[in-house]
Amino acid sequence: MRSSVLRVALVTVAAFCTSGIASAAWEPVRPVEFIVPAGTGGGADQMARTIQGIVTKHSLMKQPMVVINKSGGAGGEGFLDVKSAANNPHKIIITLSNLFTTPLATGIPFNWKDLTPVAMLALDEFVLWVNADKPYKTVKDYVDAVKKAPPGSMKMGGTGSKQEDQIITVAVEKAISSKFTYIPYKGGGEVAVQLVGNHVDSTVNNPIEAVAQWRGGKLRPLCVFDGKPMAYDEPIVDGKGWKDIPTCKSQGLDMEYLMLRGIFMGPKATKDHVDYYIELFKKVRATPEWQDFMKSGAFNTTFLTGADYAKWVEGEEKRHEVLMKEAGFLSTGN
Amino acid sequence: MEELVNLFHGFAVALQPFNIMVMVLGIVLGVIIGVLPGLGGANGVAILLPLTFSMPPTSAIIMLSCIYWGALFGGAITSILFNIPGEPWSVATTFDGYPMAQQGKAGEALTAAFTSSFVGALFAVIMITLVAPLVASFALQFGPAEKFAVYFLAFCSFVGLSKEPPFKTIAAMMMGFALAAVGLDSITGQLRLTFGVTHLLNGFDFLIAVIGLFGIGEILLTMEEGLAFRGGKAKIDLKVVLQTWKGLPRYWLTMLRSCFIGCWMGITPAGATPASFMSYGIAKRVSKNGNNFGKGEIEGVIAPETAAHAAGTAALLPMLSLGVPGSPTAAVLLGGLLIWGLQPGPMLFVEQKEFVWGLIASMYLGNLFGLIIVLTCVPIFAAILRVPFSIIAPLILVLCAIGAYSVHSSTFDVMLMLVFGVVGYLLKKCNYPLAPLVLAIVLGDKAEEAFRQSLLGSQGSLGIFFSNPLVSTIMVLGLIALFWSVIQEGITRLRGTRTAAA
Repeated sequence: MRSSVLRVALVTVAAFCTSGIASAAWEPVRPVEFIVPAGTGGGADQMARTIQGIVTKHSLMKQPMVVINKSGGAGGEGFLDVKSAANNPHKIIITLSNLFTTPLATGIPFNWKDLTPVAMLALDEFVLWVNADKPYKTVKDYVDAVKKAPPGSMKMGGTGSKQEDQIITVAVEKAISSKFTYIPYKGGGEVAVQLVGNHVDSTVNNPIEAVAQWRGGKLRPLCVFDGKPMAYDEPIVDGKGWKDIPTCKSQGLDMEYLMLRGIFMGPKATKDHVDYYIELFKKVRATPEWQDFMKSGAFNTTFLTGADYAKWVEGEEKRHEVLMKEAGFLSTGN
Repeated sequence: MEELVNLFHGFAVALQPFNIMVMVLGIVLGVIIGVLPGLGGANGVAILLPLTFSMPPTSAIIMLSCIYWGALFGGAITSILFNIPGEPWSVATTFDGYPMAQQGKAGEALTAAFTSSFVGALFAVIMITLVAPLVASFALQFGPAEKFAVYFLAFCSFVGLSKEPPFKTIAAMMMGFALAAVGLDSITGQLRLTFGVTHLLNGFDFLIAVIGLFGIGEILLTMEEGLAFRGGKAKIDLKVVLQTWKGLPRYWLTMLRSCFIGCWMGITPAGATPASFMSYGIAKRVSKNGNNFGKGEIEGVIAPETAAHAAGTAALLPMLSLGVPGSPTAAVLLGGLLIWGLQPGPMLFVEQKEFVWGLIASMYLGNLFGLIIVLTCVPIFAAILRVPFSIIAPLILVLCAIGAYSVHSSTFDVMLMLVFGVVGYLLKKCNYPLAPLVLAIVLGDKAEEAFRQSLLGSQGSLGIFFSNPLVSTIMVLGLIALFWSVIQEGITRLRGTRTAAA
């Protein structure tokens, strides 16, 4: 009797060990918190909730994924939360450009190097939009109008203050050597509607924020702030698709800007943890739902991991520092 | 006419057994979410959103919007029974609902609240059905200046409401503005009044302040007064519903006015909270029983509830037709639409007829089911007041703590709630009115933002607030509301001299 108990115990232990060795890969044992450093309904939130939906629908994870919005202080609340979660592999965060702009503009004690980079999921494009009722058909038409008007009388609407939209605005101002009055709003959807209502003269909305108004014939895209035209050639309105929007560079507005949609996790995450999430996001990217989502928002689908990703983020950080310094957006504490 | 055909087609979609099932499920979940303070409609919908990804989009949106209706209904329950607003838009309901409950009229108050919620929603849905495209273009005229004018009107229609000395009202309001200023300043992107404390990055959430000021403050007061609910003798009989209904038609004018205010606020999109405050404020001014407001006047329950529900329903219209959400919950629903591959915006009504009209039909049915469900439960809710205070008070405390925690999943907020509770108790003891404080917390930063956006656009000129007929009208209405008592006095005096002359 006793020996049999012992044997069972030994077998169990052995089985445990071998299984441990065979599947050295780490897996979440608790629900995974997916932090969104922005409010509900925004671009990052939509992406996080899409991922959550895909993971649930295709059972890509044994544990549930919970999306939590921590938008305080332009996302600073979310970043500090993940920064303080060292050794907690059950917390990941999706970032937007506020990864760089928030610490630079507000001086909160955070830098992306406090986190462990996991993967770049996609890059979000920026498009220069005007109201379709206005006579501006090309970038040149619009730039001429801005130059002709007294400086500051043309209004550019954007999301947030001292963030990506305003950085692009300042760069455009520099390129055309004139001035806009930049008016910050809370969310991208609101900005697009303000443009439809003619309360501002132009915006630099992301495609997903303004596509509905483009299709409804209310807005007109002038150019995209990317090195090459967007990849989606499906017609959206009047036989024109995202691909037909020229780059701003080709139109004489020398500015490129793409926004990171990437995943990070807390400090001290091990390679096992990072690898698990990379595999997870590879599976997410392979689903038709994800591809539809990419198409609906005309995303740039560059996928980077590991050292390439870290190098890209580092380059972007330097670039943001320069851009924000030139624009005078750095916090006085820095 | 085509709309009606579409609508009947929509009813056919909404009446499929599976859709009816998700409707009822949504309502029940929504009522529970509405009862738990803090776990608002937006959070509830966000948490349940992934569950719906495996459903067809029409069923999914029906379920989620029914959660939203349920939360709108549920918010009134704790406001009336315990003076704890379950949702921001039910704060104004506490002003008269809670005194009614204390007088043993909890059943009447609940019935009035639910019924007027239904009336408000019905009015808004009919408006959506008939004049959707017209109304959508009205929303486009609202730039920052117009938005500020609306907030201005909300503040003005509320100033001077309380019987406390005006300076105490102003002091309370200023305190609210100061609290609202904490956190990130959205115009300059700078942090304000955070003193390097990470927890303050988010500012003071309105819900936490309200749960503390009203809920905890009330418990402290009750404890001092002798550990007993005064509403213990509430009738627990379904007859109370019918009796209350008999009296309700008398208030048709209040309801109609509140419906208009609600629809307007929902579309612009200012949301249900300012709508409920504004409606309460105006009802108090205009009503014959104005002096009884705050002491348990049924009209003081009807006005804010009708407006809140009308606004909550109308808020879905700009979301569907413009892609701009009229409320936080609508913002989450908007995210859902995109995930289901539906593009909100001008083309949705053209391209996704089945979806849009199925949703609109479900608004009629969902609200009807919601009304039936909550009304049958009125006696049960009212019976809660018979439970001895010593048992129910700890339960309320736990409920409040869960509510405060679930706003941002932060224990700091629970502490903050307790602090607000003590502050609320002290303010009440010193006769400072809480309503202006709450109003300033909830609308202060939005009004400030709209004001500064307007001035940025006008390059500093105040003339922008009188630059077109729309904004001028709202501003003038606000000024009239602000000086109403002076004007009223003037009129009486004029009349007095006239009669004397005659």
